[in-house]
Amino acid sequence: MTRWNGPIEKVDDYRWMIPKSYKSGMRVPGLIYADKDLLEDIREEQGLEQVVNVSFLPGIVGYSMAMPDIHWGYGFAIGGVAAMRVSDGVVSPGGVGFDINCGVRILRTNLKEEDVKPKKKELMDALYRNVPSGVGSEGKIKLRAGEIDKVLAQGSRWAVEKGFGRPEDLETTEEKGEMSGTDPSKVSSRAKERGTPQLGTLGSGNHFLEVAVVDEIHEPEIARVMGIDGLGQVMLLIHCGSRGLGHQVADDYIKVMVRAMQEYGIELPDRQLACSPVKSPQGQAYLAAMRCAANYAWANRQCITHWVRESFCTAVGKCEEEAGLELIYDVAHNIAKLEEHEVEGEKRTLCVHRKGATRAFPAGQRDVPQKYAKIGQPVLIPGDMGRFSYILVGTERAMKETWGSTCHGAGRLKSRAAAKKMVSGRDVLNALEARGIMVRAGSMSGLAEEVSEAYKDVTSVVRVAHNAGISKIVARTRPIGVVKG
Amino acid sequence: MKKFELIEHTADIGLNAYGGTLAEAFANAAYGMFSVIADLDAVREVESRQVEISEDDAEALLFEWLNNLLYLFDVDRIIFKRFDITEFGEWKLKATCYGEKYDPSRHQIKLGVKAATYHMMKVDSEKNEVRVILDV
Repeated sequence: MTRWNGPIEKVDDYRWMIPKSYKSGMRVPGLIYADKDLLEDIREEQGLEQVVNVSFLPGIVGYSMAMPDIHWGYGFAIGGVAAMRVSDGVVSPGGVGFDINCGVRILRTNLKEEDVKPKKKELMDALYRNVPSGVGSEGKIKLRAGEIDKVLAQGSRWAVEKGFGRPEDLETTEEKGEMSGTDPSKVSSRAKERGTPQLGTLGSGNHFLEVAVVDEIHEPEIARVMGIDGLGQVMLLIHCGSRGLGHQVADDYIKVMVRAMQEYGIELPDRQLACSPVKSPQGQAYLAAMRCAANYAWANRQCITHWVRESFCTAVGKCEEEAGLELIYDVAHNIAKLEEHEVEGEKRTLCVHRKGATRAFPAGQRDVPQKYAKIGQPVLIPGDMGRFSYILVGTERAMKETWGSTCHGAGRLKSRAAAKKMVSGRDVLNALEARGIMVRAGSMSGLAEEVSEAYKDVTSVVRVAHNAGISKIVARTRPIGVVKG
Repeated sequence: MKKFELIEHTADIGLNAYGGTLAEAFANAAYGMFSVIADLDAVREVESRQVEISEDDAEALLFEWLNNLLYLFDVDRIIFKRFDITEFGEWKLKATCYGEKYDPSRHQIKLGVKAATYHMMKVDSEKNEVRVILDV
């Protein structure tokens, strides 16, 4: 991979700027959240050139931003945040990605590690059996003809009404799991064909279910509001997205926008950034379809949540209130949203693209659930499967600087091929088991690609977000069991 | 001659595909993509699908060709391994693609591919070479 040798100016220990003068056509500077060490890793590849490319997009406000987990993606870098004016700016499907509303949720339990340990094998087997995973996996849900449109319009609510989960789950899901402004007629029949059999499946790649235990609490009072009671408490994480439906929506609209760019006279350095004005028919159609895909992803995680609860009940013998398994929160980390933010002292509606970035709204914001009104929105940052995951909260500073956004994960450091050269899937499995992490995986080579060393250390990523003030660390968990697709 | 080569990319997988003609390079790109998804040795040629597409330019044709095959893999669950491109021109193609329905008991799936992207895409009609980055 080629090192990026463009100009970077230090703002402070956690902020770095790529000046607008670097390339003609940049509408705003680039702003990277990183410390000196992470920046070195980041410069080893072309992610920063992608930050620059994004700054070419019409209507971009403030900065083209990169969170500390930034890495080289396609079009937008992963870990990219960019906001465009609705009045004269654009929306770009490449700024959301193919896996629309890929996201994470975390459930708390009333169980301690020692309650689960004797039944861990049964639990992992039950999770692996009950939640369909892997490439080409099909779900257990049989949708009647036309019912997919309800899923697209209602998201998590559809799932809860079908008996997948509890009504209170909706309160603690971003957008309540049901984005408004959808239009299922803007989702192609191909997308619906792909999505129909896949509802209620985990997928593959870096998607996972993880049984974890709380191993550090940094803010006990905030933690208590979320139901994080003490060390050793068992938690459950779910990471997945909108499956083939979302991929097809992205495909369809990238094609639409490649054509529309000529119509609107937009020229960009990378076709994967294809975009249209937010207010144009193409922009509006994409947003309506993207929201449908986002709702599909929330319904997907909601169905999986139900099977996770069932698995605890049958395998560990702890059901309903005894197990807990309340949803702490669910965040989207690939999404575009119209949000109100303050720009140079004035409230403006912006189209905020978060691609591999998490919303991080502070206490008092309207979109933060009532339950968390005083502490701010929970932010969930999963690490790689061998290391830690973090729970944070949003901050005022994030609202001012990053349109209420922060990082989303560890961020890849090494390519999949490089990871496979380092280790085999069997090695990874053995190393994890030796550390008390039980693994169920569909693909051994897929497992090798997800080896811890292929990722940045999530702790150093989260520390930058915390020290820069764009979110605050609340607690840390470590995995004891993982299901990989 | 090599059909294709994988290129290093941090989060995703890229491939360069080659051919005696541009049509052959397109076929080899598809072959490369499916060999990222599965071990093709165990896949038999027992199912076939026709693909017919027409686009504005070479890049759009490659993007649509590969994504069309991923769509077929998702809905018909066919792992493709042979691609007979019977018509190829500016910028349309017609192909018959052969493979087998995914059977977990016999097929080894390696990695899911979400989509073919436009990022760094190259279609070189002089060298009969194409490059594509896959979102995995």
